[in-house]
Amino acid sequence: MTDNTPSLWTLAINFAFISLFAIGGANAAVPEMHRLSVVVMQWMNDRQFADTFALAQMAPGPNVLIVTLIGYHVAGIAGGIVATAGMCGPACIFAFWFARVWDRFKHAKWRIVIAAALTPLSLGLVAASAYVVTRAAGQAPKALAITAATAVLAFTTRLNPLWLFAIAAALGLAGLV
Amino acid sequence: MSESVSNAPQPSAQTPTLAQILVSFSLISLYGFGGVLAWSRRIMVEERRWMTPEEFNDAYALCQFLPGPNIVNLSVVFGSRVRGATGAAMALAGLLLPPVVIVTVLGMLYASYGEVAAIGQALAAVAAAAAGLLIATVVKMAAPLLRDWRNPGLVVAAAAFAAVGPLGWPLPWVFAGLAPLSVALAWWVRR
Repeated sequence: MTDNTPSLWTLAINFAFISLFAIGGANAAVPEMHRLSVVVMQWMNDRQFADTFALAQMAPGPNVLIVTLIGYHVAGIAGGIVATAGMCGPACIFAFWFARVWDRFKHAKWRIVIAAALTPLSLGLVAASAYVVTRAAGQAPKALAITAATAVLAFTTRLNPLWLFAIAAALGLAGLV
Repeated sequence: MSESVSNAPQPSAQTPTLAQILVSFSLISLYGFGGVLAWSRRIMVEERRWMTPEEFNDAYALCQFLPGPNIVNLSVVFGSRVRGATGAAMALAGLLLPPVVIVTVLGMLYASYGEVAAIGQALAAVAAAAAGLLIATVVKMAAPLLRDWRNPGLVVAAAAFAAVGPLGWPLPWVFAGLAPLSVALAWWVRR
């Protein structure tokens, strides 16, 4: 826990707001989560943010669980639950409502145009996430080498990501990073 | 409820019960290391045959289009289509509850042992690897767009990257600026 512990309300509202811009998945909103937690509120430092992202990726379940970890870090178990509810609640209610009207607009031109417009935006945001996470993980040559090697392996092979994490953890334990 | 039943996918073999929804979304979530999409497709389409591939693609397209975490939205859309609001709640509970418990335990361990030098080193290396994994995802996502270098979407993607990444601008402002531009470009291309 940090000195500037926010109220649970602050957590819920901030993550509900962020969820509105998570177009293309939770990873699109990682830079905004980083800006909120590290730059604006200073709940954690870069190192802790990178660790949090890594823990969320190592754990089973959807990527959105990074929010649970941030919430837990700042306000304990209640914080984790509230942050998760904030990130998922409004979005789920909207999805529930919108799924009912969706079929009506399946072939509407505006729907096709908006879907086509969101794809590149989402790509740019996830690319920004990769930038933010890489920078937070550290600029030491060894860390960058692991990042580059993992990127190449993940792109060229179909290895389960857990193996890549296990190899990286072993290298880290051996003191090579 | 009645509306969601009338929207229910017709060609699927059978309608799952609430308990089946809860259990299968828990499994999807627990199997899904580093992304849940592949497992949700495997279980819902290939194993249980609750959705046809076309229905799955359509539901996923809808969820990419909605704000919020994709797979969370997908669980709600699927649950509501087969079993109304209760089905949506079951799917959501199955998807989120088990991993939230696991990740909270990881958070506790991190709070206690994150400062231990060896753990810190291992985690730093995994953080670097996790960043690499995300880079690979970006490259895969970019491939269809890069096939046509005149695609105006590339400008939007590059601008979103620069503004939110290296420049560190707030996402809501960037979104407010780029979303209308991207819609205008997409409209212009398809006019």
